[in-house]
Amino acid sequence: MSLLLGGVSRAFGGVRAVDDASFSVADGEVHGLIGPNGAGKTTLLNLVSGLLRPTGGKIELDGRRIDGLPPNRVAALGVARTYQNIRLFGGLSAADNVVVGQHLRRNAPVWRRLLLLPSARNEERAAREAAEAGLARVGMRERALTRAFNLSYGEQRRVEIARALAAQPRLVLLDEPTAGMNPNEAAAVARLVREVANEGRAVLLIEHNVRLVMELCDRVTVLNFGKVIARGTPVEIGKDPAVIAAYLGESQ
Amino acid sequence: MADLLLAYQSLFAFVGINGLLALSVYTTLSCGQLSLANAGFMAIGAYTSALITLRASGVPFIAALAASALLPAIVAVLLGLPVLRLRGVFLAIATVGFGEVVRLFFVNWDYTNGAMGLVAIPQRTQLWTIALALALALFILGRLRGSRAGYALEAIREDETAARTMGIYTTGHKMAMLALGAALAGLAGGLEAHFTFMVAPGGYAFGRVVEMLVQAVVGGTAAFYGPVVGAAFLTLLPEILREAGARLGLAPGPFRLLLNGLILLAVILYLPNGLVSLPSRLRRRSRGAA
Repeated sequence: MSLLLGGVSRAFGGVRAVDDASFSVADGEVHGLIGPNGAGKTTLLNLVSGLLRPTGGKIELDGRRIDGLPPNRVAALGVARTYQNIRLFGGLSAADNVVVGQHLRRNAPVWRRLLLLPSARNEERAAREAAEAGLARVGMRERALTRAFNLSYGEQRRVEIARALAAQPRLVLLDEPTAGMNPNEAAAVARLVREVANEGRAVLLIEHNVRLVMELCDRVTVLNFGKVIARGTPVEIGKDPAVIAAYLGESQ
Repeated sequence: MADLLLAYQSLFAFVGINGLLALSVYTTLSCGQLSLANAGFMAIGAYTSALITLRASGVPFIAALAASALLPAIVAVLLGLPVLRLRGVFLAIATVGFGEVVRLFFVNWDYTNGAMGLVAIPQRTQLWTIALALALALFILGRLRGSRAGYALEAIREDETAARTMGIYTTGHKMAMLALGAALAGLAGGLEAHFTFMVAPGGYAFGRVVEMLVQAVVGGTAAFYGPVVGAAFLTLLPEILREAGARLGLAPGPFRLLLNGLILLAVILYLPNGLVSLPSRLRRRSRGAA
């Protein structure tokens, strides 16, 4: 069991953005997190990645409590993420963004570089080559030297995914990875997500594209007003009356 | 060449000292933090080394210089613990406050003659000492770029939140750069004290750190050597204008200062990325014209 949320809550003043949410994501599983706008999906991702502390409940990664840890410590335990509103390092090239993503994987103390040791140079070349391979995986190799803010929206999303994967995480959190993409690009991202899960990594995915969720996810959790209103396979979710009510409104 | 060095020895010395100071501001800027404590760190370094030289005879100059870098770095860590929680303009204000506290401390400290300061410090700083210190600083900052830590610093500058979720320990990196900047400023202070024979609190007022910041920005902070270019430019410019003015028969005085200000303004307006961006800008322009 990779990720486990037990009764997780987060209140902002009187607003309970996430309210007693419990679910789990297994290794190798693509887990969809869906719900109407404002349901608390992104807040939940921020709780898991350590950007926010829960006001109640617990979050465990491989049996270890991670709620309350700072984001860099959570990342060091194997959690990587992308952002709904893309947070690339705009002034850096696509390849450099992915090199930063390798931060936790690199063994490159600065003194080696200060002493001009060849091991430092070799390590840097390896990092650079790994970054290019990572970009190739998302179909962005030929844009490796372009600065991130000069990339199109869809390209930026792909680089952000490559940056997250560069950390070789146990758990990947993807916040609307196909937003702003055309159907072909979205299908390519879906294939990549499946591939990543097949490597044994857990994927928690926020997605608005219902067809993509239905095709890609092993299990789905539905949030509404911060509460989990349904859990199950995509087929079960599609038939769930509470989900239908949340999305389409209650019949009179 | 030797004649030139001798004739303008003090001018070149100040180019080097100002270069170190501009680099000390760049150090924290390179991870997106505007710290204005460096006049204070410079004062601590200057007083530390001057006191060692004056009151502890027999201690070699190199040890006094090492102390002038080390003590400010330790103070920087103590200062960083509370103030690095602040961001942007709040960090700038807090560090300006620190600089004033340091200055007022020395104004009121009888042991160092208060506002009069310490005088008759033996001249131990040679031009090559300054050149060596500057070369060392440039080497360290140059090697930092492109290293794992260098990438982490750039990431923090671009987006601190994203950097943290990449596993980068942002507080530690910012602290290290604050301490490195303090060490550079302190070293510059120690070198200057043993070059100008004296230290006094008035030399480390708020205006001094503004000077460092302007030199760093005019030179350009995109390249690690930019601040040194800016320091050289702004230190030499008044002297060049003085020479030129005398040859052209211009009256000395306010006109020269006005011209100095206009050139500074032109650089800031037309080269927002600093003097180091001039070559690439000219290339682009000539390509655009062709």
